[in-house]
Amino acid sequence: MTDAPAHRPTMGDLPLADRIARAMPVLLVPILLVLGFLAIGNPSSWLTLTVSGLAMGMMIFVMASGLTLVFGLMDVINFGHGAFISVGAFVGVSVVLGLAEWTQAPSLLLNLGVVLLAVLAAMAVTGLLGWAFERVIVKPVYGAHLKQILVTVGGLIVIEQLIHVIWGPDEIFFARPEMLKGAITFWGAALEKYRLLAVAVGLVLFVAMRMIFRRTKIGLIVRAGVENGEMVEALGYRLRLVFIGVFIAGSALAGLGGVMWGLYQEVITAGMGEEMMILVFIVVIIGGLGSVEGAFIGALLVGLLQNYIAFLEPKVALISNIGLMTAILMWRPQGMMPVVKAK
Amino acid sequence: MSDPILRLEGIHTDIAQYHILHGVDLEVPRGAVTMLLGRNGVGKTTTLRTVIGHWQARAGRILFDGAEITGAKTPDRARMGIGYVPEDMGIFSDLTVEENMTLAAATGPLDPARRDRIFEAFPPLRTFWRSPAGTLSGGQKQMLTIARAMAEERRLYLIDEPTKGLAPAIVSTMAGALRDLKRQGASILLVEQNFAVAKALGDYAAVMDDGRIVWAGEMQELATDAGLQERLMGLSMEAQ
Repeated sequence: MTDAPAHRPTMGDLPLADRIARAMPVLLVPILLVLGFLAIGNPSSWLTLTVSGLAMGMMIFVMASGLTLVFGLMDVINFGHGAFISVGAFVGVSVVLGLAEWTQAPSLLLNLGVVLLAVLAAMAVTGLLGWAFERVIVKPVYGAHLKQILVTVGGLIVIEQLIHVIWGPDEIFFARPEMLKGAITFWGAALEKYRLLAVAVGLVLFVAMRMIFRRTKIGLIVRAGVENGEMVEALGYRLRLVFIGVFIAGSALAGLGGVMWGLYQEVITAGMGEEMMILVFIVVIIGGLGSVEGAFIGALLVGLLQNYIAFLEPKVALISNIGLMTAILMWRPQGMMPVVKAK
Repeated sequence: MSDPILRLEGIHTDIAQYHILHGVDLEVPRGAVTMLLGRNGVGKTTTLRTVIGHWQARAGRILFDGAEITGAKTPDRARMGIGYVPEDMGIFSDLTVEENMTLAAATGPLDPARRDRIFEAFPPLRTFWRSPAGTLSGGQKQMLTIARAMAEERRLYLIDEPTKGLAPAIVSTMAGALRDLKRQGASILLVEQNFAVAKALGDYAAVMDDGRIVWAGEMQELATDAGLQERLMGLSMEAQ
């Protein structure tokens, strides 16, 4: 046997067209921003709609991130995810209503304090609920997609009915904390304070998730597990435990998204999570199942497009996201940033 | 054979409705390279996957270093010191080479001295340390899979066709790395179709047919007996 020749490999640069094609999903957001600007024409209206779209996108991302990871890691389709959104909203709003003095006080500190407590309570309850949901409902149906759909839809219905039992059958109207009401004016555009907060929270969360995925071992395990769970186990990691952790975290994030959405709408219903799931599924599918980055870009596209179209052609707004999904799936049938599965 | 690192006793494994292993008895000696040979489809890969725990044996016993691991889960087997290099390489293409290696060091951070030894064996991994593993060539990916198994001290390596489909120069690099592992006293169970590699590395050989071990002995004996090869595997290895 001969020895290998001296081996000095280099990595050639990709042609420009390939580099653009690879970066295209990320470029879609600025492209949509520019197209929206050109179509709307009025800078202040465009800015208002853009902030509104980004806020909506961020909230959908918060709800979708857990679902995409749960699917990516264990091939579990969880239609019950919507229940965590509703429960999160009800628990969070209960805190907001329970601390009425803090909510109504004209103090930013107290107002943010009540929102923080609402978020923590919602995430704790939905995290626990997610843990129980995984143990009781999801665990027995690993690997069987049809059964997963049936039992998780069943779980969703049961939890919605439990919300009726605990909080009553009616929708709950409430007011946002005092200092989060109203808007600020920037370059002639009215920007709702709460939407700015939602954008900030979504951004912080996305950056934090990216840091966890890129810089920590647990993040590496999750990313590798999405691609090839069997090999992760062969390296000595108990993927089942990691999955339970991801399921709990994903449920807690859905709860966070529920509180944020509830505070945004100022009305909550037991069916709100189920209604949001249509947008959440669109985002997860166009992003590429299992891809957090894809879900982030998908959520921004959905939020921005819905707001722009609602302004330009209100009648088309209802189908705009279905149209977006159709277009993206025709372009990339696996979604924008598909995770290459080894199985 | 005294005190083997791995012993399979009457292993039967099913994959879905198919009965693949029909009572495999195999001993893998300590500190030596055992070649697992046989035609395609006789159960070599299934044997390795049963040892690491990807398939559970329906009957029989697996003893690793004297301890029974038949019912143990894959992560526990890995943590006991079994390294596995699958036929499809199993690299994480979305992760960089560095991240693949970080993950492979399951019990702690990657030891720098060990990393340097790996760089010495596989120089391209140093070059592409920060590149996504999915952008590596086939040979470089295979280097990464072996490097990953070397990221920590393992008591047994299960390696499935590491030279399959590789250019001759890369095959030579891989064989060199496996030879280094062997020199360090590693115990290796290696499935390999390339006879030159099998002959150069193997101390012992076990030949499978129809889900059973049909012959086991010293590699030298098999390598020099064309009649035996013909009878066991339906081919003469020298003619390859």
